[in-house]
Amino acid sequence: MLTKGTVKGIISNLVIVEVSGPVAQNEIAYIHLDNTQLMSEVIKVIGKNVYLQVFESTRGLMVGAEVEFQGHMLEVVLGPGLLQRNLDGLENDLDKMEGIFLKRGDYTFPLDEEKLWHFQPLAQAGDQVTGGSWLGEVDENFQPHKIMVPFVMKGVYKIKSIAGEGNYNIYRTIAVLEDQEGKETEVNMVQRWPVKIPLTAYREKPRPYKLLETGVRAIDTLNPIVEGGTGFIPGAFGTGKTVLQHAISKQAEADIVIIAACGERANEVVEIFSEFPELIDPHTGRKLMERTIIVANTSNMPVAAREASVYTAMTIGEYYRSMGLKVLLMADSTSRWAQALREMSNRMEELPGPDAFPMDLSAIISNFYGRAGHVILHNGAEGSITFIGTVSPAGGNLKEPVTENTKKVARCFYALEQDRADKKRYPAINPIDSYSKYIEYPEFEAYISTHIASDWTEKVNEIKTRLLRGKEIAEQINILGDDGVPVEYHITFWKSELIDFIVLQQDAFDEIDAVTPIERQQHILDLVTAICRTEFEFDNFNQVAAFFKELINVGRQMNYAEFRSESFNAYEEQLKKLVSEKSIV
Amino acid sequence: MARAFQKIYTHITQITKATCSIKATNVGYDELATVEGRLAQVVKILGDEVTLQIFEGTEGIPTNAEVIFMGKAPSLKVGEQLAGRFFNAYGDPIDGGPVPEGEERPIGGPSVNPVRRKQPSDLIATGISGIDLNNTLVSGQKIPFFADPDQPFNQVMATVALRAKTDKIILGGMGMTNDDYLYFKNVFSNAGALDRIISFMNTTEDPAVERLLVPDMALTAAEYFAVDKNEKVLVLLTDMTSYADALSIVSNRMDQIPSKDSMPGSLYSDLAKIYEKAAQFPSGGSITIVAVTTLSGGDITHAVPDNTGYITEGQLFLRRDSDVGKVIVDPFRSLSRLKQLVQGKKTREDHPQVMNAAVRLYADAANAKTKLENGFDLTDYDQRTLSFAKDYSDKLLAIDVNLDTEEMLDKTWELLSVHFKPAEVNMKKELVDKYWR
Repeated sequence: MLTKGTVKGIISNLVIVEVSGPVAQNEIAYIHLDNTQLMSEVIKVIGKNVYLQVFESTRGLMVGAEVEFQGHMLEVVLGPGLLQRNLDGLENDLDKMEGIFLKRGDYTFPLDEEKLWHFQPLAQAGDQVTGGSWLGEVDENFQPHKIMVPFVMKGVYKIKSIAGEGNYNIYRTIAVLEDQEGKETEVNMVQRWPVKIPLTAYREKPRPYKLLETGVRAIDTLNPIVEGGTGFIPGAFGTGKTVLQHAISKQAEADIVIIAACGERANEVVEIFSEFPELIDPHTGRKLMERTIIVANTSNMPVAAREASVYTAMTIGEYYRSMGLKVLLMADSTSRWAQALREMSNRMEELPGPDAFPMDLSAIISNFYGRAGHVILHNGAEGSITFIGTVSPAGGNLKEPVTENTKKVARCFYALEQDRADKKRYPAINPIDSYSKYIEYPEFEAYISTHIASDWTEKVNEIKTRLLRGKEIAEQINILGDDGVPVEYHITFWKSELIDFIVLQQDAFDEIDAVTPIERQQHILDLVTAICRTEFEFDNFNQVAAFFKELINVGRQMNYAEFRSESFNAYEEQLKKLVSEKSIV
Repeated sequence: MARAFQKIYTHITQITKATCSIKATNVGYDELATVEGRLAQVVKILGDEVTLQIFEGTEGIPTNAEVIFMGKAPSLKVGEQLAGRFFNAYGDPIDGGPVPEGEERPIGGPSVNPVRRKQPSDLIATGISGIDLNNTLVSGQKIPFFADPDQPFNQVMATVALRAKTDKIILGGMGMTNDDYLYFKNVFSNAGALDRIISFMNTTEDPAVERLLVPDMALTAAEYFAVDKNEKVLVLLTDMTSYADALSIVSNRMDQIPSKDSMPGSLYSDLAKIYEKAAQFPSGGSITIVAVTTLSGGDITHAVPDNTGYITEGQLFLRRDSDVGKVIVDPFRSLSRLKQLVQGKKTREDHPQVMNAAVRLYADAANAKTKLENGFDLTDYDQRTLSFAKDYSDKLLAIDVNLDTEEMLDKTWELLSVHFKPAEVNMKKELVDKYWR
C-alpha cells in the first residue's frame, strides 16, 4: 500500500506535503495538477510534513492537491537501446516528446519497446550467477551489450533455463533464475536501478594506469588522463571549456561516451545533436553518435532535474562499465549542479556553508567522483569510467567551494587560463598550474615505457621544466627589458615559446590539427625536444626572435599537414635545415 | 480559467515593503491578484496563508485592502496587433492606442525541447566590423554588451537593430531613463521602422519590481512571432543589471539567504530562463537576444555579469581608444561563441584565420605599448605592431565603421600587408599565397 498525501505549502519548486503513512528519504512522488502529474523527490521529512523538490514548474498548483508516493527512489531504466539517445536529466527520451516546447508532466520511456535484438546466450542452464553476471549479449551499435542478471538481485542464483540464440524484444524473458529456496525469477533485457546508489557489481577497483588517448596534445603529452581516471576543467567563461570538452568527447578512445549537459547552454547541446551524427569516430571509423548518449538538462530546464542529470549519466555509465566497456563520462558543468543544490538548500532555510552552498557539498562531490574508476569484474573482464567534469568558478576565481572541493578528489587538473585565452593560445590549459597525478604512478610509467617509449616521461618532464623556465625569464624581461638580460635568456625563452606554439597550441577547428594520435604526438615531442637540446648562437635578441618565429611558423604549417604526407615531411626537413644552420656543433 | 465569481479577501495579516500576506484558499501558485487595485503575484503558499508580491510596492496598503484573485498567471494577448506598439511592464498600452486583441498566453512559458532546436547558422550583419569581423553574430544567439553606464551601448544597440535584417524588433526596457526611451523611439521612427517595433517599457520613473515582468512579456511576444509566424525576431533587453537588482530586492523581502554580491542564490537559473528563450526554430523563425549588462567600474567578476557570461553566447565590450579618439569594440574581451558557425562558412574562407592573426598582432601591439610605457626601447617589429594597431582600431574596430564582410576582410589583408611580412602573420600558407596584397 503506497502512501498518499496532500499539498500544504508551495514555495517555487519546494512543496510541503502532509502524509498519513510512511515515506522514505529520496522517495519519488507524483503531485496531481489538472490532468498531469508532477514528478518530485522527498528531500526532508519533519513529522507529518514531507518536503518535496519538484522536477517541474509548480505554476497553478494549489493547497489540497493529491500526492502519490511511489515506494522507490529516482531510478533509471537500463537495457539495450540507450546508445544514440537524447535523454533529459530524468532519462526521458526527448525525441519522443511532441511539440516544440517541453510540456509539464510529459514522461517518455527511454528504450525502444518493439525493436528486436539479436540475442546470443553467454551462460547456460545450471550456471551459478549473481547480480551483474552476464547471461548473454546483443549487438548494440556494434558494441557487445551484455544482458546481465539484474543488479537488484542479491545473493546467488542458479540458471534454470536460458533462451537460445534468437531475435527478441526487451520484454521477452531470456532466463529463469532460481534462488536457494527454489523461488524462480524471470529476467528480461530491462532493469532499473536507483541513481543515487553506486553500482558496485565488480570484484576490485585497482589503480588505473592505461593512457586514455584524447588527441589533445596539452593533455596526452603533458598531463595525461587514464582509463578510469578522474579530471576536471575549471575555467572562467570564454576560456574554452566547452570546446575542449567537445574535442575530448569526439576524439577520446572510448567505447561509450556519455555527455551530461548539466545546466548549460541549449545551443551547445544542439551543436552535439547536429554534429555528432555526421562526425566519424577516429578509432573505429563509425559515426560518433553511435557510441554516444546525451543527457541534456540545459540551464532553462527545471533546476531540480539538473542535480538528477549527473547521477542519471553516472548510473548509465556504471551499467556499461559492468559489460567490460570503456566509458568516458563528461559533465558540463558540475558548478551548475552545485548551484541547484544551493537553491534548494536555500529554500529549505538550511544554515549555509561557504558562499551559501550547502555544508555537505564537499562530501557530495567526492562521493560522485568516487564512482568513476577502472574495475575488474567478477568474471575477470575489465571496464572503466573515466570522468571529466568542468567547473565554472564564480568570477573566474579558483578559490571558491566547488573548485576547491573538486580539487581534493579529481586526479587531473586542467586549469584554463584567461590570459592564454585572451592571447588566443588555445587550448588555454595553463601548462604550469595544471597537473596529472597519474604521471607519478609507477604502473603508468611502466605502461608508457612499453607502449610508447622508455624516454617519454623524461622528455615530458624536460619540456615542462623548459616551459616553467621560459615563464620565469618572460617575467624578468618584462622587468629588465630585452636589453637587460643576456642573449642566452632570450634563447631559453623562445625555446619555451616553440614548445607552446608547436606542442601546446592546437587548432580545434582544423580537421587535421584538431586531433593528434599518440604516434604523431611522440614524433612532435621528439622533434621539439631535439630542437630544444640544440645549442644556438646569436649576436642579439632580435635575431633570436626572428629565428624562432620562423621555426614556429614552419612548425605550425607542419601541424596543419597530414602526418607523414609529402608536405609534412617537407616542413619537417625545412625545420631541421633551419636548425642546423644556426646550431653550434 | 476565469471563475464564475471571484472571492474578495480583506484581511491582510502581514505587510512588508514588497509583499503582503493574507489568509485565503483555492489559490494557485504564480497566480495574479490585485491588492487595492495594484497588481500582485502569489510567491508563497503555506497552508491557508498566501504571500503576494505587489509589483508597485506596498506604500499605503491598509490591512483591510481589497484582495481579488484573478485565477491566472501573468499573461499577454498576442497577435499581429502588437506590432508597432508601446506597452508598460504589464502589457498595457502607453502610446494612447487601443488595447490589442488576441489570444491570451501566460508569460514565462515552457522551454523549447533541445532536440527541436536547430543549430543557428544565419549571419546577422551589422556593418560594424568590430562585431562582424571579430565577433560575428548569428541568429538565435544571445549576447550582452558588458558596459559601464557612460558608454554608448544604447546607440550601438539601436544601430545593430536597424541594420540587422529582422522582421520584428522587440525592445524590453528595464529601469531605462526616460531620455533613453525617447532616444530609441526617435531613432526607430526616423528610420521608418516603427511598424516592426514592439516595446515593453519600465523606466526609472516606474516601480522597480514591475520590471521583473518585462523580459517575459517581451519574449512571449517574440515567441508568438518566431514560432507562430516564423519570423526572425530580435529582442533588445536593457538593462539586465536593473532586472537583477529587482530580483535581489524581492528575495531580500522574502528573507532568502543572499549569495554572492547580495544576489539571490537562484540568479543563474533566473537569468538562464530569460536568455535561453533565444533559439533558432526548425520552421525558420528565430529569436535573437542582444542585451545590456551594465558593470560597476568595469568589474566583470560581480555576480550579475559573471553569471550572465556563463549563460550567454559571448559578450561585447566597448572601450574608448585614446590613440584614435574613438569608441571601439574591444577585440580582446569581446567574444561571440557562435561565430565559428558562420565564419568561413557563410563568409569567405579566410575569415577565421585573418581574424585571429589580426587580433594576435593587436595583442603584440599591446605588449609593445607596455614596453614603451615602461621606458624600454622598441624593436622594429614593435614599432610596426603599434602602427598596425592604430590603423586597425581606426579603420576596423571603431563603432562608426559600416562595411560589408568582404570589405572588412580585404581591409584587414591590406593592413597586414602594409605593416608585416607574410612569415609574421602565422597563417596557413595557402591563404597567404592567395590573399596577401
